[in-house]
Amino acid sequence: MSHHRHTDRIDLSHGGGGRATTELVRGLFQRHFDNPLLAQGHDASVMPRPAGRIVMTTDAHVVAPLFFPGGDIGALAVHGTLNDVAMAGAVPTALSAAFILEEGFPLADLDRIAASMAAAAREAGVPIATGDTKVVEKGKGDGVFIATTGIGIVPDGIDIGTHRVRPGQAILLSGTIGDHGVAILAHRQNLSFETRIASDSQALHRLVADMVAAVPTLAMLRDPTRGGLSATLNEIAEAAALGMTLDERAIPVLPEVASACELLGLDPLHVANEGKLVAICDAADAPALLRAMRARPEGAAAAIIGEVTAGPAGMVEMTTMIGGRRIVDWLAGEQLPRIC
Amino acid sequence: MKYIEEFRSRELAAGLSRAIAQEADPARTYNFMEFCGGHTHAIFRYGVQDLVPANVRFVHGPGCPVCILPVRRLDDAIELAERHGVILCSYADMMRVPGSGRRSLIKAKADGADVRMVYSLLDALAIARANPAREVVFLAIGFETTTPPTALAIETARREGIGNFSVFVNHVLTPPAIRHILEAPEIDPAQAVRLDGFLGPSHVSSVIGSRPYEFLAERYGKPVVIAGFEPLDVMQSVLMLIRQVNQGRVAVENEYSRVVTREGNLRAQDLVDRIFELRPTFEWRGLGSVPDSALRLRPAYAAFDAERRFALTPKQSRETKSCECPSILRGVKKPVDCKLFGNGCTPETPMGSCMVSSEGACAAYWTYRRAETLAEIARRKVAA
Repeated sequence: MSHHRHTDRIDLSHGGGGRATTELVRGLFQRHFDNPLLAQGHDASVMPRPAGRIVMTTDAHVVAPLFFPGGDIGALAVHGTLNDVAMAGAVPTALSAAFILEEGFPLADLDRIAASMAAAAREAGVPIATGDTKVVEKGKGDGVFIATTGIGIVPDGIDIGTHRVRPGQAILLSGTIGDHGVAILAHRQNLSFETRIASDSQALHRLVADMVAAVPTLAMLRDPTRGGLSATLNEIAEAAALGMTLDERAIPVLPEVASACELLGLDPLHVANEGKLVAICDAADAPALLRAMRARPEGAAAAIIGEVTAGPAGMVEMTTMIGGRRIVDWLAGEQLPRIC
Repeated sequence: MKYIEEFRSRELAAGLSRAIAQEADPARTYNFMEFCGGHTHAIFRYGVQDLVPANVRFVHGPGCPVCILPVRRLDDAIELAERHGVILCSYADMMRVPGSGRRSLIKAKADGADVRMVYSLLDALAIARANPAREVVFLAIGFETTTPPTALAIETARREGIGNFSVFVNHVLTPPAIRHILEAPEIDPAQAVRLDGFLGPSHVSSVIGSRPYEFLAERYGKPVVIAGFEPLDVMQSVLMLIRQVNQGRVAVENEYSRVVTREGNLRAQDLVDRIFELRPTFEWRGLGSVPDSALRLRPAYAAFDAERRFALTPKQSRETKSCECPSILRGVKKPVDCKLFGNGCTPETPMGSCMVSSEGACAAYWTYRRAETLAEIARRKVAA
């Protein structure tokens, strides 16, 4: 914080394009994000043409609160986009970041967010190659919104998508579900549990690299973020026009997350994750894929949770904890607390 | 959580499933009404039906506070928000329930009414404190479980002198509703389901105790087992009900003894009694007018009663045409009998309250058993 006093706040001049804008970009963002691509100092960063197919994805981040147990909007903006790149089986190569700041936002908080983004990008080994900053009047934003775009390269021979999902394939999950959503909700509601629940926000591209190396015929990858595991599996089942059967007992849920969901009247299947993935592969390859996943910390709690079936199309069915049957449905409306 | 897992164990469930199959007489059917929407939800979420023989049937009762609120009361709430300029605070479950002409609180909100979703009554009190120049009304619904918190909020408002806070009271009572179902003069006897017993409410009974159900055994000869909300609680209670029926016994038994006592929570009962009194009659969706089945504020608390504070206009409220919610709430029809199920009426576009509430029977069939319910509807269409 050498460049700003802690009491300093964003004002409209920081987005005006004048000296204040340049000072903010140089003194805060470039200082944290420093890398050769950004150091080019152009409107667009120039990089060599890579071999292979390029993937591109973008994601806007508007989380409230901005800082939560296990992460913050900055790290989330990096992880979220890296993970979307990785779900194509790709190796991420560069990120962009656009900031929409609300007038009056404390510079100290922005500094903390930029530092967290820089740390997340460094840890992932992916540079933030370009960026933009705009300031909106007080009341027209919620502190800070961050939109990130990511590009990456898909290795030859890797073809991931719902078109490759077939009946009989195995469905794997990389770890416990519901951690992120419950961490945010519990923080918002001021709930305290014996164990503090932290967001699972993390980059998954290294896990994916090991997975495609172990099973290059991997058919499908997706990260179950908004809408939780149920939304992700329903999307895949619908797109592939196939069914699925899960075993509820095989789906890992942390005990404290399960307790919090009981209290809040939520189903962990509907709660958001920010560091988990669903993978689908031929049943014969499932043990090898599971081994590769469990060998990495991001996949230590990975499990085979079910299989793809011929139908009914678009229906995700589940054998319940007690051995009954049910559908795993999309969440209708918003997740609501129970009332009695 | 260990504690909860024991009530969801697949091994224990398999053992109970075998015991139920052994106990149930294949020569007859057993119709048990689970009064509470919470039980309906637990049965469907865990697929308890799959673990009992086909001749053991669950009849879904009216114990869903969102479902049984009649359209007129909902229209009144919408009027409060739209025409009296109040901040109307409601639990989220009520927001999408369709009133007359399929208006809902969420539509009123979109059109500019100040409707706020709250997680607890304390949030509504906080809104009242923060907006002293505005009238803040809490839309109170629910059975005996939610009444004590409402009573507490009213006491708090009085103690703190929060003069801009009032409650639109729709608190209802369980035992009179069960009595009404058993007497039900207006129910077509040809449609009536013979009930062999009741799964008694869990949370409601923790407040009122098991004693208020004793009349069911004494006067109506119906067995009652107060059941917990976990799937194994439900299975154990079904086993206890089948045993009562087979042995010709009629008693109020308590499976949920880890929480429920015969007398209930006396402090909560005192609190409610201090602030509320019986309404002579109250209209329930599905059941019609049920005497002594709901509460209102005592005259001493009139200042906190939204019905006395605001002049609500009389209105001609109407149910959605063809919606079978009323018959479903009486247990005489099932969601599969409704023409609208999945045919325009879904949780995203609900036409009746039973599809909106997470405790409603239609929502349970849609969310957990959609494939086979829609297949059954299609089969019936072909047959017709």
